[in-house]
Amino acid sequence: MDRFSWTSGLLELGETLVVQQRGVRLYDGEEKVKFDSGVLLLSTHRLIWRDQKNHECCIAIPLSQVVFIEEQAAGIGKSAKIVVHLHPASSNKEPGPFQSSKYSYIKLSFKEHGQIEFYRRLSEEMTQRRWETMPAGQTIQVNKDPQVGRIRAVGIVGIERKLEEKRKETDKNISEAFEDLSKLMEKAKEMVDLSKSIANKIKEKQGDITEDETIRFKSYLLSMGIANPVTRETYGSGTQYHMQLAKQLAGILQTPLEERGGIMSLTEVYCLVNRARGLELLSPEDLVNACKMLESLKLPLRLRIFDSGVMVIELQSHNEEEMVASALETVSEKGSLTADEFAKLVGMSVLLAKERLLLAEKMGHLCRDDSVEGLRFYPNLFLTQS
Amino acid sequence: LLQMSKQLDMFKTNLEEFASKHKQEIRKNPKFRVQFQDMCATIGVDPLASGKGFWSEMLGVGDFYYELGVQIIEVCLALKHRNGGLITLEELHQQVLKGRGKFAQDVSQDDLLRAIKKLKVLGNGFGIIPVGGTYLIQSVPAELNMDHTVVLQLAEKKGYVTVSEIRTSLKWETERAKQVLEHLLKEGMAWLDTQAAGEPQYWLPALFTELYSQEITPEEAKEAIP
Repeated sequence: MDRFSWTSGLLELGETLVVQQRGVRLYDGEEKVKFDSGVLLLSTHRLIWRDQKNHECCIAIPLSQVVFIEEQAAGIGKSAKIVVHLHPASSNKEPGPFQSSKYSYIKLSFKEHGQIEFYRRLSEEMTQRRWETMPAGQTIQVNKDPQVGRIRAVGIVGIERKLEEKRKETDKNISEAFEDLSKLMEKAKEMVDLSKSIANKIKEKQGDITEDETIRFKSYLLSMGIANPVTRETYGSGTQYHMQLAKQLAGILQTPLEERGGIMSLTEVYCLVNRARGLELLSPEDLVNACKMLESLKLPLRLRIFDSGVMVIELQSHNEEEMVASALETVSEKGSLTADEFAKLVGMSVLLAKERLLLAEKMGHLCRDDSVEGLRFYPNLFLTQS
Repeated sequence: LLQMSKQLDMFKTNLEEFASKHKQEIRKNPKFRVQFQDMCATIGVDPLASGKGFWSEMLGVGDFYYELGVQIIEVCLALKHRNGGLITLEELHQQVLKGRGKFAQDVSQDDLLRAIKKLKVLGNGFGIIPVGGTYLIQSVPAELNMDHTVVLQLAEKKGYVTVSEIRTSLKWETERAKQVLEHLLKEGMAWLDTQAAGEPQYWLPALFTELYSQEITPEEAKEAIP
């Protein structure tokens, strides 16, 4: 492809158009190049290729560069091609789109057919070699081109025009996307309405619907992301998916939980699991729903919700109440502790440390000292020293 | 129910078609994502409800937001010791972008808000508080009621607030103002400056970078002080 030069596409004096063909793609050797959709013109002197979308993009190669040509038949999904073998580029060649190429041949791919005629004509020109006898002079205009008299601008203006066309292309893509999106949403709305009517029928028939059907309905809702009209939950909790997920989690979290003293906050779990998965991540709702099923599935973990709303996963074997006893010891040793200090001592997250101290307080083992300096816990002397 | 199953399959095909044409668009174009989310909300569909939903599986929207959720949690955790669990949306945005690196997809503030709304269900106290023209993101289970929120909004302008300012602007009694400020202090969301001229000032570290957006290292700090 380095034998091509930029050109205005206008024929020169003495140069005649022989044949032209739309829908031609160029290859540099075996590799596709960005010139993928253009009009290929054969003249007495040159092969010219002009981009169908951007008429200012026009390249040409003198026929004198051609060594020989051969046909390449079409295949399944492949267009018919003409392979053009070339002499090396001359040193005084005009600038073109490629500075160098590792191939000494190019291919012309005829996506809209026409290669048989083109090959015939090209062979003729190669035989007659009319470019040797008809010297090319100043340029004249070819009336075949409807945009007569256009001046192709190189440089800044040309680049700007190309960018403008690209921008229009992108805009067109986006508006097309919005259109498609609207149509899609219409269909989605139909699904929502259908699910509502089904939910109503379920309510009316109360018990006429089997459990199997209920489960299926919930999974349909889950796929569409529709809120369950009966229970108002968006997650259709209790689906097969969540049951499987719960079992998976039990497997994945066993070791991390043991490493962290048997308890982890749900956000920690969320990050841990999703970081490990890398792809096909869990939504927060998926996680919560799966965890809600842990206990009923008799798995070795359970979900626990503290008064503050903080949610944690603990090992069944973990007993927070027992941990409170040891927390009391720790606090007594130090006289008093804040959640931060306790967390550092024990090696827990501040969030869980605070929950443990609050639980201890709830059970009556600790008293709080709530001041501007922070929340500090003391052993409950009222209880022990009465 | 059979009808639903059939229609569901049809819809799935439609969605697949849509995805094959426009999946890239969703990943790369924040504005398109907003459009998409708004339209879903209008018709009553939550594309982020489950990773197993069609939307997530075929358009990949799920992974984008769930991963963002992880990054948001990590940023908030890292900065909690400094701002008590309150951070402006801007700073969160900056930090998340930094963490994602140069080659990651573009993430907009709208994207962050949507991811945060989903995180609320994890019970860790994620909340979104409107202040000034923007939002403060809460990431700890501290109770912040209307009074606290209003004071935060007042503090947004200068990064700090005083008891007198609260009395004048909000027409509260001193006691009420003090209670709110003390709560913020306790939660680590406000810092007390007793050396300020006039009366003590309650500063909000969450708002620091908005006003004084230079992060310097301890070495630079040492050099700066004569």
